[in-house]
Amino acid sequence: MLKIKNLHAVIEGNEILKGIDLEVQKGEIHAIMGPNGSGKSSLASVLAGRNLLEVTQGEVLYEGKNLLEMAPEERAKEGIFLGFQYPVEIPGVSMMNFLKTAINEQRKHRGLEPMKSSDFLKMMREKKDLVEIDSNLTNRSVNEGFSGGEKKRNEIFQMAMLNPKLSILDETDSGLDIDALKIVAHGVNQLKSDDNATIVITHYQRLLNYIIPDKVHVLYGGRIVTSGGKELALELEEKGYDWIKKEAEAG
Amino acid sequence: MSIDAKLDLKDRFSEFFYENLEILKDGLPDYINDKREAAIQNFQKKGIPHTRMEAYKYTDLNPAFEKEYRTYIQPKKIDFDLNDMFRCDVPELETHVVLLLNGWFYQKKTPQKELPNGIIITSFREAANKYPEVIKKHYNQYADTEGESLAALNTAFAQDGVFVYIPRGKTMDKPVQVINLLMDEEDGMTQHRNLIVMEEGSEGQVVVCDHTLSQRNFLTNSVTEVYVGQNAHLDYVRVQNEHNGSTQVSNFYLNQERDSHVSANTITLHGGLIRNNYNLRLNGENCENQTLGLYLTDRGQHIDSHVLMDHAYPQSRSNQLFKGVLDDYATGAFSGRILVREGAQKTEAYQANNNILLTDDARMNSKPQLVIYADDVKCSHGGTSGQLNDNAMFYLRSRGIPRKEAQLLLMYAFAHEIIGEIKIQPLQERIHELVEKRLRGELSRCNFCEMHCGDAGKN
Repeated sequence: MLKIKNLHAVIEGNEILKGIDLEVQKGEIHAIMGPNGSGKSSLASVLAGRNLLEVTQGEVLYEGKNLLEMAPEERAKEGIFLGFQYPVEIPGVSMMNFLKTAINEQRKHRGLEPMKSSDFLKMMREKKDLVEIDSNLTNRSVNEGFSGGEKKRNEIFQMAMLNPKLSILDETDSGLDIDALKIVAHGVNQLKSDDNATIVITHYQRLLNYIIPDKVHVLYGGRIVTSGGKELALELEEKGYDWIKKEAEAG
Repeated sequence: MSIDAKLDLKDRFSEFFYENLEILKDGLPDYINDKREAAIQNFQKKGIPHTRMEAYKYTDLNPAFEKEYRTYIQPKKIDFDLNDMFRCDVPELETHVVLLLNGWFYQKKTPQKELPNGIIITSFREAANKYPEVIKKHYNQYADTEGESLAALNTAFAQDGVFVYIPRGKTMDKPVQVINLLMDEEDGMTQHRNLIVMEEGSEGQVVVCDHTLSQRNFLTNSVTEVYVGQNAHLDYVRVQNEHNGSTQVSNFYLNQERDSHVSANTITLHGGLIRNNYNLRLNGENCENQTLGLYLTDRGQHIDSHVLMDHAYPQSRSNQLFKGVLDDYATGAFSGRILVREGAQKTEAYQANNNILLTDDARMNSKPQLVIYADDVKCSHGGTSGQLNDNAMFYLRSRGIPRKEAQLLLMYAFAHEIIGEIKIQPLQERIHELVEKRLRGELSRCNFCEMHCGDAGKN
């Protein structure tokens, strides 16, 4: 589904990603872990199409297509979803209008008619239950005045509504208490299928108690320095990131 | 009957004035006519405002005033039925419709009204003769003909317009809708004069729409005086939608007595060059005033909003919010002054001007000002000009919403803050649609009046 080959990216002359290789297959959940500043969020940005970073080398193939040539909205229409680390507040744009526009743009891309209002509302009700999000929130402006936890749940709610093929969840666990974390994880697990894939980006192992990854990668200094199964996450929890740093620096 | 182009601009107007004084006076009572000569002399002192004057620094009216116009000092015979020509596009809006054609009350369509409860909606000209006791008390009492030379020019030439009167304690059953139509096969200038008088405890709503129906250059220099008596309540909405060949100077003078409430909302969808002067005097304690403006401009359009909020007495509250979206090489200016006079304690006055510049060539000059002579007040002012928020743009696009649509959603959200304050519900909904159309670029030929009169004077 996703093939990243030797990806290099710079921001203001600093190389942040220094040759990433990663393959994600349908039905898989990958966890990308690493200390702060290792390039995790930058990788998510590049995949979603934020033009803060400039790709200088390498390629990203998504379902055989060159992802880097696509505008953010095209990527979304092709089934890529980014769960933001810091969801943006957009006063004056209602959640309802926002989601309806997004869904209908994606449907248009697939040659489908706009969704009927009654179907849309029904779907909203179903998906709201999945992340236990309050109806009051979906009647408000996008993320406006939402608490940190509400914003994160809203990301998963949008993911549920848009039903993406590849979800990239950027530190969705940060700032969540344990109950909210469980709800978010539950949502992600419910949405998992044989046809979609998820990349969970996280600093801590905590989230991975609830979302069981098929593969764990450790990103450090702009490279994936080690990969393994879910037990790697536990090892990191126990030993911290220092041994990774040492190993990486030793070369 | 056009103005001689060879003379100095202000002399041209004076000469034209004296040549036609008898026509100007004809059919109007002395108390109106007696003000004309003093007014033209006041105008003479300053002439047409120019950019060396602080208040007109960013708006040069001279080119528009220098053009030759047929001036409408007598109503022109119109051979067709405006009914067929013009349909107001707010179907759910039940109103008392008043049409002004080139500044003259158009009677065929809008017979004069005196409602059973004493409310009067009629031609200013007729009213001046019929109700002198009311008009005498208010006419030219609020317009500043010494300070503002264009208000003086209007007073010298004023012949017709709209008069609305709501007696003490009465409430208007539905809004008055004044539709200003400009239509001619020649370039034209109009200077209509409106007066709205709301006695103590009365309530009413007034909607004013400006349209150009033919592809000529038009210049409007209007004065509207509004008196809102003690504990009276007025909602005023102005919709400006003229083509690029039009120039409009709109002088709005409001006098509010104690405990009164006014909301005034100006939506500028389209227009060549617009100068909106707002002189708002809170002439009593515990007044409430909300003055809002939204302007959407593109190409070479220019809009200048000039506001004086005058807190003359204690404990009044005012809020000014002007927002604009400027595209292409459009330009704009905002200058707003809050004046808190000595003794006007416990005043609360806020002012903000926020702009979105969609291109590098669009320009906005914003100058909020506070002048405060009291020590126990809450006042704030501020202005921003910038681009659409990048983070919000990316957020929307990352969900599959194309750039253009995302831009639109954000601009629409920006505009909503003003539109949402329109108190007349069906109008609010219609304005929402119009603004969306405008932002989508579907209103660039001012086609909502179905005349498709195009872009006269387009660069």
